[in-house]
Amino acid sequence: MTRYIGNTNNDQEQMLKEMGYDSIESLFKSVPQSVMLKTNLDIPEAVSEMELVEKMKLLANKNCNLDDYTCFLGAGAYDHYIPAVIDHLISRQEFYTAYTPYQPEISQGTLQAIFEYQTLISELTGLPVANASLYDGATALTEAAIMACEATKRSEVIIASNAHPESIKVLKTYAQFRDITVTAVGYKDGQIDLDDLKNKINENTAAVIIQSPNFFGIIENIKDIADIAHENKSLLIASADPISLALLKSPGELGADIAVGDGQSLGNPLSFGGPYLGFIAVTKKLMRKLPGRIVGETVDKDGNRGFVLTLQTREQHIRREKATSNICSNQSLNALTAAIYLTLMGKEGLKEVANLCVQKAHYTYNELIGTGKFSSVFSKPFFKEFTVKSEKDVASLNKDLLKYNIIGGYELAKDYPELKDGWLLAVTEKRTKSEIDNFIRKAAE
Amino acid sequence: MKLLKELKYVESHEWVKVEGSKAYIGITDYAQDHLGEVVYAELPEVGATVEKGDQFVVLESVKAASDVYAPLSGTIVEVNEELADSPEKINESPYDAWFAVIEMSNPDETQSLLTSEDYEKICE
Repeated sequence: MTRYIGNTNNDQEQMLKEMGYDSIESLFKSVPQSVMLKTNLDIPEAVSEMELVEKMKLLANKNCNLDDYTCFLGAGAYDHYIPAVIDHLISRQEFYTAYTPYQPEISQGTLQAIFEYQTLISELTGLPVANASLYDGATALTEAAIMACEATKRSEVIIASNAHPESIKVLKTYAQFRDITVTAVGYKDGQIDLDDLKNKINENTAAVIIQSPNFFGIIENIKDIADIAHENKSLLIASADPISLALLKSPGELGADIAVGDGQSLGNPLSFGGPYLGFIAVTKKLMRKLPGRIVGETVDKDGNRGFVLTLQTREQHIRREKATSNICSNQSLNALTAAIYLTLMGKEGLKEVANLCVQKAHYTYNELIGTGKFSSVFSKPFFKEFTVKSEKDVASLNKDLLKYNIIGGYELAKDYPELKDGWLLAVTEKRTKSEIDNFIRKAAE
Repeated sequence: MKLLKELKYVESHEWVKVEGSKAYIGITDYAQDHLGEVVYAELPEVGATVEKGDQFVVLESVKAASDVYAPLSGTIVEVNEELADSPEKINESPYDAWFAVIEMSNPDETQSLLTSEDYEKICE
């Protein structure tokens, strides 16, 4: 036992003596006997390292992994190609540290990496200021909503019901403790219902929150939604798939005041759901309301370029009671991963990834419909994810596909009961034609 | 420390210049000196109403973010937009760099303001 906690009988005796007790029992004398545990803890006996490794291997092998399975599941987390060099770079010990980069005099490398990340996110989203990252897409969206309420001094937000259901849940959880009212807007043919939005928007609406491509994979008309929001002096928060921004007009160009999203697609492995990173970018006007930390570029006393955490006076640790956010950390290593990924891909490379996603997703969609076993649900343009209606029960269809080492799509009825037999499929650039053709054959069996 | 005799003052280091039913509000030379370099002023919105003692301006300096309190109750009728682009004016010329003009709802409140002599004693 002494291997992990050096707390020998000798140590115990010495500590007790120091405190003036002669036994552990006398130390805990003030704890009532009725609440004392008098048996051993109900946990298995210690095992050897070899036994433990074996046991963990057995457990791990129960999971499906992307080396052995072909994945068509998306719904917020995507199987994109990850260049091998990323792992080598982020594993360098200068980066691979738990230490938070507060002190500019010893953290220039980390600070510069975050600065580069912010710049890349800013370019992707078309908005001038980005922070050093948030926990994930859902928290980024929620932080944006809180920021919008603070900036507009209003207390209601409207969210599209075709945004990620988990983001909506996270938003509602935060909102109930901050007296923020969350109203959902319906969808029509997969896109946000503009008439419903016009009916629900009012003078208390701080922000309209949308996702594009939305949870069904469909691209929204961001410009039209921005106009409705701005006519009402509300802000527009747009959540976006960063890969899609290589092809589509950026949220900033289309009138969004705040862009958010999940950066997992940018070189981060799926890892059973995390850790991921949330990105957030805002207009210059909202810069001082941005939650979390921002790295800024400056010069030192000799005029050399350097990097520091900036706008810190508002950070939670200084003005805690006034802070609009309790975020006091960021996903540095994941953000670094995203920065390396975007740098490696470059503008053209990212476009190619996005284009391949579009081509392959549309090919898959058409071929699936062509089998006669699946039908269209929506008729609007989609990016790398789409919805079809299956003839067969979706849960059993997914189960059958697993037998062929294929991970099927998302069962939409879990969140949208009206979309019974709705199957949400994601096709990334990683899927080869033969994988797709094989999938279609098996799915139509 | 520079003080202007014709102005009124508040213990929390704001100055007040009363003109009829209106009052211009800024921070004193003593305050700007202690804050250090001011990098941003978050000003209230025109039309907002404030009560005496409300926090109505936030000043960010390189050292800290500090609240400025309304010395009088009333409605904000004008804000000094110039400070948005040049917050350094607060350091350079604190008695010209007013934040906002309050249309007083209770002019009697001016009686509780301090004279420059009283304020000077507080700062000693």
